[in-house]
Amino acid sequence: MTDPNRTDRRELVIVGASLAGLRAAQALRAERFTGTITVVGDEPRPPYDRPPLSKQLLTADARPTVPELPVPDGLDVRWQLGCAAVALAPDTRTLTLADGTTLTYDGLLIATGSTARRWPAPLPPHVLTLRGWDDTLVLRDALATARRLLVVGAGFLGGEVAAAARTRGLDVTLVEASAQPLQRALGTDAGAYVAALHRESGIDLRTSTTVEEFRTHDDGQLAGALLSDGSYHPADAAVLALGSLPATDWLTGSGLDAEGGVRCDPYLRALRPDGTPFTDVTVAGDAARAPHPLADHEPIVLGHWTNAVEQAATAARTLLHPDPPRPSPTVPSFWSDLHGAAIRSVGLPSRADAAEVIELDVIARKLEVVYHRRGRLVGALTAGRPGRLATHHRHLQQIVDAATRQAAAEAVQGN
Amino acid sequence: MQITVDLNLCESHGQCVFAAPEIFAFDDDDRLTYDAAPSDALREAADKAAAVCPVRAITVLAGS
Ligand SMILES: Cc1cc2nc3c(=O)[nH]c(=O)nc-3n(C[C@H](O)[C@H](O)[C@H](O)COP(=O)(O)OP(=O)(O)OC[C@H]3O[C@@H](n4cnc5c(N)ncnc54)[C@H](O)[C@@H]3O)c2cc1C
Ligand code: SF4
Repeated sequence: MTDPNRTDRRELVIVGASLAGLRAAQALRAERFTGTITVVGDEPRPPYDRPPLSKQLLTADARPTVPELPVPDGLDVRWQLGCAAVALAPDTRTLTLADGTTLTYDGLLIATGSTARRWPAPLPPHVLTLRGWDDTLVLRDALATARRLLVVGAGFLGGEVAAAARTRGLDVTLVEASAQPLQRALGTDAGAYVAALHRESGIDLRTSTTVEEFRTHDDGQLAGALLSDGSYHPADAAVLALGSLPATDWLTGSGLDAEGGVRCDPYLRALRPDGTPFTDVTVAGDAARAPHPLADHEPIVLGHWTNAVEQAATAARTLLHPDPPRPSPTVPSFWSDLHGAAIRSVGLPSRADAAEVIELDVIARKLEVVYHRRGRLVGALTAGRPGRLATHHRHLQQIVDAATRQAAAEAVQGN
Repeated sequence: MQITVDLNLCESHGQCVFAAPEIFAFDDDDRLTYDAAPSDALREAADKAAAVCPVRAITVLAGS
């Protein structure tokens, strides 16, 4: 049986061989795509999972093995690993790789993820960032020998690194520019909850504080850092956890609107700066800037694990069934494990104008905060309350579904 | 269809409950419960739940 909406694409290329790239390949095969799939990745190894890198894998008793993502038998993918894509010419459907070779495609799926935000000045050795497996090995070595660690940025990543270092008995200073950790993402009360977890574990958390400069010993090794509160903190290692940036620089000059993530439509088709879509290029995961109903349909980068999984399926489907494509209205979700608190969020707490604390118990590791924007539910955050989280998720899904239907109706009317 | 969840792996992410509430739920004590032999009509939801579980604790098998 032939599907009238199906394209005759035969050669699909996926750029980025990680969570979104692998799941996109799986989704293409699940949709019974029988043509060739080439997956280009700059890391020299098969896809692996990143969340464990800042959690279990930093602890002293973890065996340092790559948390590989399972690749199903028979996936039939041509892996082109250890080679970055450096340029895209969508008019001629040509992708150029770092070794100078080119690949042509009928359909392209961009899944290049994100990178750690860099420090604006040269850094001494042992000032590290964490994004990939190589970073993990370097950081594990540093944690094994260091006595004092400085972590810059108390977001989830910085918080998890600081927590892991505490389990190894290091002295940890955690420096955060805002008045509370995660204040912009989760609000003051949830931030105070996270701050309490850190302090209870013995972390020296310095809020409303920034690093003025790193100091080195005569031999060039890191000695410590001078903070904006005037204090000096000796440290043998430091981790910069300043957030992530979409890895879309390589698309500069391609004609895609790719600054700060590839802007795309609800079907995850990449857009030109004038807002018209490329019908043969889709985006998924941390690299995508997609409109979301909970963000008033503004394009946002979600940068979370489940988002990469869900968008990979949608972006794959859109490539195979471009006419008419199906949108992907899901509720964003995120998790972090901090000092034994299983922190889980649904929706977009960062968009809220009001946060209501239902439960907050640092000792029992329980938390429930509900977020509203203009009187409407926009997110929820829990620790140790998955049942409540599921209830909030259900309500958010109803809101997302309604907003998606409304946007679709308005689009029809507008035509 | 048959479903198993490795409860030693499960970290209560709730993704399976979001994806397939017909099969997965949290009880009053916030423990994960699930229908181990749901109707085949729920196959797509079950596969989605297995795919979104961050710790890959869920296995879906055809048959009864
Ligand atoms: C340490 C850490 C902990 C995390 N913990 C959590 C968590 O607890 N919960 C949560 O929800 N999320 C977490 N995340 C985020 C989650 O891992 C990401 O959302 C997810 O990995 C996104 O998948 P992706 O495939 O879009 O991008 P990525 O995983 O970033 O993969 C992109 C891939 O593309 C490659 N690439 C980049 N540019 C090119 C190029 N030009 N050519 C070829 N290849 C290229 C990259 O090297 C990489 O392999 C964490 C991330 C990190 C780094
Ligand atoms: S998605 Fe996985 S980890 Fe989460 S509750 Fe379900 S089985 Fe447990």
